[in-house]
Amino acid sequence: MNGTNLIKIALKAISNNKMRGFLTMLGIIIGVASVITMLAIGQGSKKSIQSQISEMGSNMIMIQPGGDMRGGVRQSASSMETLKLADYNSIRNETRYLASISPTVNSSGQVIYGANNRPTTVYGVNEEYLDIRRYSVADGSMFSEQDINSAAKVCVVGKTVVDELFTNGEDPVGKVIRFNKIPFRIIGVLTSKGYNSMGMDQDDLILAPYTTIQKRVLAITHLQGLNASAIKEEYTDQAIDEITEILRRNHKLRETDEDDFTIRSMEELSKMMTTTTDLMTVLLAAVAGISLLVGGIGIMNIMYVSVTERTREIGLRMSIGAKGRDILAQFLIESILISVTGGLIGVIFGVGAAFLVNVVVNFPISIQAWTIFLSFAVCTFTGVFFGWYPAQKAAQLDPIEAIRYE
Amino acid sequence: MTKKTNIEIPLLGDGRTEGAVIRLDQIKRDFQVGEETVHALRNVSFAINEGEFVTIMGTSGSGKSTLLNTLGCLDTPTAGEYYLDGVSVRKMGKNDRATLRNRKIGFVFQSYNLLPKTTAIENVELPLMYNPSYSASARKQKAIESLIAVGLGDRLQHKSNQMSGGQMQRVAIARALVNDPAVILADEATGNLDTRTSYEILVLFQRLHAEGRTIIFVTHNPEIAQYSSRNILLKDGRVVSDTVNNAIQSAAEELARLPREND
Repeated sequence: MNGTNLIKIALKAISNNKMRGFLTMLGIIIGVASVITMLAIGQGSKKSIQSQISEMGSNMIMIQPGGDMRGGVRQSASSMETLKLADYNSIRNETRYLASISPTVNSSGQVIYGANNRPTTVYGVNEEYLDIRRYSVADGSMFSEQDINSAAKVCVVGKTVVDELFTNGEDPVGKVIRFNKIPFRIIGVLTSKGYNSMGMDQDDLILAPYTTIQKRVLAITHLQGLNASAIKEEYTDQAIDEITEILRRNHKLRETDEDDFTIRSMEELSKMMTTTTDLMTVLLAAVAGISLLVGGIGIMNIMYVSVTERTREIGLRMSIGAKGRDILAQFLIESILISVTGGLIGVIFGVGAAFLVNVVVNFPISIQAWTIFLSFAVCTFTGVFFGWYPAQKAAQLDPIEAIRYE
Repeated sequence: MTKKTNIEIPLLGDGRTEGAVIRLDQIKRDFQVGEETVHALRNVSFAINEGEFVTIMGTSGSGKSTLLNTLGCLDTPTAGEYYLDGVSVRKMGKNDRATLRNRKIGFVFQSYNLLPKTTAIENVELPLMYNPSYSASARKQKAIESLIAVGLGDRLQHKSNQMSGGQMQRVAIARALVNDPAVILADEATGNLDTRTSYEILVLFQRLHAEGRTIIFVTHNPEIAQYSSRNILLKDGRVVSDTVNNAIQSAAEELARLPREND
């Protein structure tokens, strides 16, 4: 008996009992559809978090002073003075894995323009900070290296600050604002980035040359931190090793000493946050997988009933020349057809439901080819697995008894 | 998977009797029921030649069902040799016997055993489905020929649940003919039918016999013996009589004599 004949026979058997075939399929349809929808939701939220992180700069590396102990008391990072300009210079000169690096010193305070004021943070950085944090200048320009060297009182402001200070729609470029009584001339406005995934307003900031902040605002010589970006996200780890090596050497740390600085990367943060969504995806998929399992048990149940009900038919087929394996193949193909058809319909429903979730409740979704392939493979496997025992039972019937079965 | 037996090559030597389609040689079949051994067949020996119409009779418990299963290659004897068309069946495996049944035997059952909701053609095609040498079109052609041979040329597309008992049994006979079997095995083939339809079926069997087919008809109804060419009587697992019928009655004449039903 060849394949096409077997498929014809199986189709005939299913169409002889359409309602039952449909109900059996329903279990698989619901199972596959829910697996696909749940994975789409899980993957969707993971993707949206990843894209938000990459907006902040997924290859970003943050270096802070810290990890130091004085008399057994661990000190807070901001009180450390271990990072110096010399560190910045040696990293900058020696690095192979960094694309950009910028010192950071910041100060919070009230910014004033005319009758308006607003609390905000001024970040003292260099011109590479824009690349590191993926900012860009919408109006005007960024300050230059010369501004840094001369500790010029110029700044670039974020959209939120502009909106708060320039309420009557004036052009902020060229205007002078005051921060801690020090006047800063606005030379550029940053393109708006909105809120990040942790709810921080990324437009509520002022960028100024770090030298200006060090000398004129904070009156310090050390750096509060360094921000850098690896040439590529994959090189983050090498870059971190490189920085560690340079800083340890500069700080003259011995083998046994702990680092007196902390290096964090966005990659770490990204990993931490995607772990949560991965866990959510696994849980959702597990719940959906259980419904697929229940659907599979439904197939097994129906196939058992079908074998019992068709004992006479099996007996007849055997007495006119069907071998055990012909009968096995017949019932196996029947259950595979049910599960594969159910799987196909389930894929359509699952994709549809995922889009519905996206449109109706505006939840991010992401349907990936592997989720469809996986659920399809699982349901074919379900068909084979749960069809096997009933089919085996049918194949092992004794034709003499089967043909006279009442 | 067992190796394929080449059933096309007839066995030569002691197994082969000239012209004998079936040869049973000291067939024994024992069943183990709990502690006891039941001897269903005790040294049954006979040969059936091509073109014979043999009725095998016996009461229930006489061993005729076991004999039928043995003849039909559904069961293998405990001891003794059985040659079907020159092929020794006793040592054959399950799969080889299935192939042998497919090529050499046509079964007709008491309860027709047609597939439900399936057309006459599809039912008749069924044995050929298990024979890879038939194409779909050859299968259909053969099925139509068989159905015409049993007088159902006008009911090819009727489904099994749209037919009367007599028609269903004709479809079953067509199914038994479709593979050009060496022997047709009928098991109480008229048992479920009324008198008139029974005679119609007997007429059909007699016609097939006249065309040279070998038929074995297992029944407990002694009346049927007079329409066959030979009668084997079984009792307690033994052949008690084996007689050739020289005065074969015509079932067609008997059918004509039956009173017409006027309702």
